[in-house]
Amino acid sequence: MILNRRTLLLGATATLAGCDRIARNETFRNTLFSAENFHKWAQRSLMARDALAQEFRPDQISPVFRANGTANPNTEAYKAIWRTGFADWRLEISGLVERPLALSLAQLRAFPQREQITRHDCVEGWSAIGKWRGVPLKTVLEAARLRDSARYIVFRCADDMGGGNGYYESIDRVDAFHPQTILAHMLNDRPLSVANGAPLRLRVERHLGYKQAKYLMRIDAVDTLSGIGRGKGGFWEDHANYDWYAGI
Amino acid sequence: MDEPTASSRGTVRRHRLSTRLWHWLNALMLYILFTSGLGIFNAHPRLYWGHYGANYDHAWLTLDRFGAWLTLPAHYNLAMSRHWHLAAAPIFAFALLVYMLWSLANRHIGRDLAFRREELAPGHVWQDIKDHARLRFPTGEAALRYNILQKASYVGVIFVALPLVILTGLTMSPGMNAAWPWLVDLFGGRQSARSIHFIAAFALVAFFLVHILMVLLAGPINEVRSMITGRYRVPGARP
Repeated sequence: MILNRRTLLLGATATLAGCDRIARNETFRNTLFSAENFHKWAQRSLMARDALAQEFRPDQISPVFRANGTANPNTEAYKAIWRTGFADWRLEISGLVERPLALSLAQLRAFPQREQITRHDCVEGWSAIGKWRGVPLKTVLEAARLRDSARYIVFRCADDMGGGNGYYESIDRVDAFHPQTILAHMLNDRPLSVANGAPLRLRVERHLGYKQAKYLMRIDAVDTLSGIGRGKGGFWEDHANYDWYAGI
Repeated sequence: MDEPTASSRGTVRRHRLSTRLWHWLNALMLYILFTSGLGIFNAHPRLYWGHYGANYDHAWLTLDRFGAWLTLPAHYNLAMSRHWHLAAAPIFAFALLVYMLWSLANRHIGRDLAFRREELAPGHVWQDIKDHARLRFPTGEAALRYNILQKASYVGVIFVALPLVILTGLTMSPGMNAAWPWLVDLFGGRQSARSIHFIAAFALVAFFLVHILMVLLAGPINEVRSMITGRYRVPGARP
């Protein structure tokens, strides 16, 4: 058996190319992608519905909280609300609710607040710990009287990801009513910076970073995710095949 | 390799079905997990200790991205690497669990893997190291038992490296952190778990390389056949 570096390299490349070819097969792809359902089922079976993500001490906070994704939406509409210090910004709550709302930052701050020091885990592999302050999503959904028919909460954002596709994300009722799921307007005792999602971002602590939608503009309660974007429940889910269930 | 002598007794049943099934499933799964794991690592090729770690924090290891000839898929695609990795991981983890229970039940662990007191004597271990260094492989009856270095590496892989790579993998999942917070504390934080995951993966690669080398030196056809059919030709004594 003659094995030199060249044949090894060619062999490795050929095998990996073979895997890539299999992965282009529709049935195989669907099977591969269905692992998400297994992980979701397994994790939800292993944890209590309201099991909390870890919370940390103030001395464990990252010296610098890395911002990722859009650093500034930079659209005319966003610049307009930014110039007034978000005084004209309103968070709309619409869809399957009895009482649609349009809330200002002051109104959001008037609700009972929650503070939590949690770890943000990016899908890329890095982590940053920060202290968030905001209003529990549950409180806002109850104020808007969420209908029983609503199965998902969709978050619409101010950042345009190109081609008129706004960033969006979605979560189900389990995470929407989780005590640590908050609409955060403060990070480390300061109002959110633009890079970290000013004026308001989602914190859904049992999920990876791409679920933590920044620059929130509207919250829609819906019964299905099909018909929104490409129907997979989020910008990266639609455009890069990220898992919708981001607890993995 | 030596020619089989007239006195060699033909073939014997060597590896159990459980071992053979698990071996080949593992070979496939570890291949997928390692190559897709490198693809995931390429998204952030820095490693940290502790709970947090990002670009502004101190990394104990910073690497260039691994080449496309080593990653699955063979170009940078984090989502696809994750799909491969997260589909293979549960199969790999439950296969190890089943194999452990099966090997306990069929006494593979007790009979073949457990260390015996006399094997642990320093003189015996030293003799085994010398035999390995001189590539003097056991013959006859002795070839049917694992020697102490073999036992140590198999036990190290099955009971240390593989569980470590699985548990640190689980620790990187934010959902599992909520379900089993003690696990992330056990490893000293998510970024520590990520580092240990990386180290354990390369320990397994080191095992793989030595394993392949030993198979080649000990007679690849006989060794591979014994892992496929279970039949092993007992090597005769050296002339």
